[in-house]
Amino acid sequence: MKGQSVIETGKIKSKRMFFRRFDYLEMGIIYFILAILTVIFIVPYLWLLSSSLKDPTEIFKVPIAWIPAVLKWDNFYKATHVIPFFLYLGNTLTIIAWSEIGSLVSNTLVAYGFAKIKWKGRNFLFIILLMTMMMPFQVVMIPLYLFFNKLRWIGTFLPLIVPTFFGNPFFIFLLRQFFIGIPNELLDSARIDGASEFVIFSRIVLPLCKPALAMVAIFTFLFTWNDFIGPLVFLTNSKKYTLAIGIQQIMSVNDPRWNILMAAGVLMTLPVLIIFFLLQKYFIQGITFTGIKG
Amino acid sequence: MMNKATKNQINGMLFASPWIIGFLVFTLNPLIQAFYYSLTKYNPLKAPKFIGLKNYIYIFTEDVLFHKVLYNSLYMVFLGVTVSIVTTLLISLLLNDKRLKGTSIFRVMFFIPTLVPMVILCVLWMLIYNSGGGGGGFLNQILGIVGIQGPQWLGDPQWSKAALVIMRTWCAGNLIIIFLGGLRGIPKELYEAVSIDGGGFFHKTVYVTLPMLKPIIIYNVITSIIITMQNFSEAFIMTKGGPADSTYMYALYVYRNAFQYGNMGYASALSWIMLIITLVMTLIALYAGGWLNQE
Repeated sequence: MKGQSVIETGKIKSKRMFFRRFDYLEMGIIYFILAILTVIFIVPYLWLLSSSLKDPTEIFKVPIAWIPAVLKWDNFYKATHVIPFFLYLGNTLTIIAWSEIGSLVSNTLVAYGFAKIKWKGRNFLFIILLMTMMMPFQVVMIPLYLFFNKLRWIGTFLPLIVPTFFGNPFFIFLLRQFFIGIPNELLDSARIDGASEFVIFSRIVLPLCKPALAMVAIFTFLFTWNDFIGPLVFLTNSKKYTLAIGIQQIMSVNDPRWNILMAAGVLMTLPVLIIFFLLQKYFIQGITFTGIKG
Repeated sequence: MMNKATKNQINGMLFASPWIIGFLVFTLNPLIQAFYYSLTKYNPLKAPKFIGLKNYIYIFTEDVLFHKVLYNSLYMVFLGVTVSIVTTLLISLLLNDKRLKGTSIFRVMFFIPTLVPMVILCVLWMLIYNSGGGGGGFLNQILGIVGIQGPQWLGDPQWSKAALVIMRTWCAGNLIIIFLGGLRGIPKELYEAVSIDGGGFFHKTVYVTLPMLKPIIIYNVITSIIITMQNFSEAFIMTKGGPADSTYMYALYVYRNAFQYGNMGYASALSWIMLIITLVMTLIALYAGGWLNQE
């Protein structure tokens, strides 16, 4: 009996040795594939950066000039002066500031109502809320345009700001998931002490959900910064343009001015990247959260 | 003194009221209005004129462009979503290997393209695909190094949609993050069970990973379908729908009818068809995922 088990362990050992070697090989291959994929994902960026510093003639040069012969820093100066860049930046930031207020106030309130208070019709309305996530913007775009037009809001920031004060299904969903995780006993004991729902919401729940609030703030920034079709439809006045739609004006019909366009691209991507690297944790957490608990 | 249930009812509805009002004003009401407009001939300068189902009949029987844009958008949905889901899923499976170190760096690298604003993404890829200049665009120069003669990409009706699929896959890194989150949630014991039975990576993937990950896959598929149906920027910025209408997307057709041709009624009919198509595709995906018969 004893002998047999020794043989067995020997067998397992050699098998394990074999697998160990096999492991390294396999890991090497995986690293190699990942490295290639990473290069593919990163190269367009490097190209964006390198083109933003080039002379227009150099962009189509053969072979590719990764480092421009002369660094054309004035592409960045031009990018901010060919179009009223700072006006558009100011517009974008104004819309973002208001959207942040609207988004943080409305979504937290609504999410609390869906997560922590029991009332008739709650589940039904929540299903409707989830369904609205599926609705293409194009369906409401025309009536909304006509509605805002009647209010004389077209060409102002209002059509982009006011709706943020009425909740966004994506954020409500995200916050609700967070709120549900807070133990009910905590809220109940406060209720017994006579605290009103609003006090519980603002004094107990919100302080516990700072990461979720950070996520909502970050994603609101991103959505608004990147939004294209909203400003395109509602901001018909070129003085009110956001960066996302204003930047296109660099590209004139006859001359795309690629280098200036790429410089503007770097300028517009940079803030997002900085925010991402500073607040990476929240990004990953937020995206994972909405995905998993779905 | 109110009883607890009444108090909860009032409080709950009060807290939810911003969304309830928002839903009525900015979603439900426009939705119904859009349906009404879809039954009219409506030029913004004149009052809408009721014409019954004429818009719909024209769309389905005579509008050649409708068929074209619908085909293009569905092509993007079926091919584009498949490619991006399969690619990101494979990358996630690689990244999920517990033996690897430093995967968070790779994860960041794959995620970053998601952050680039769509407008910038569009102009950047226009330049990458560009066929201008002597030696072709950037991508074709790279392909040239490997000895491949690249196509005209956005300039060639046969390749233009493929070009958009590649671009969309490039910026689908958020799917990887979601997949990885899901993979982390799969209990280790299941893998160990397969190992004990002598199964390798392949068995683990087929018998454990994919079935356990199914809800997340379906979630990613559905959100991708919804986003892809609404794809607008690339057609609007990069190609203007060309060449030969090969990248003319449904959302662009709705936009042009409404805001460039002034056919608000017709555009509304198109948008309602879009809503129903999206709804049907979502339901099919949910059904395939087994979510509808779970209740």
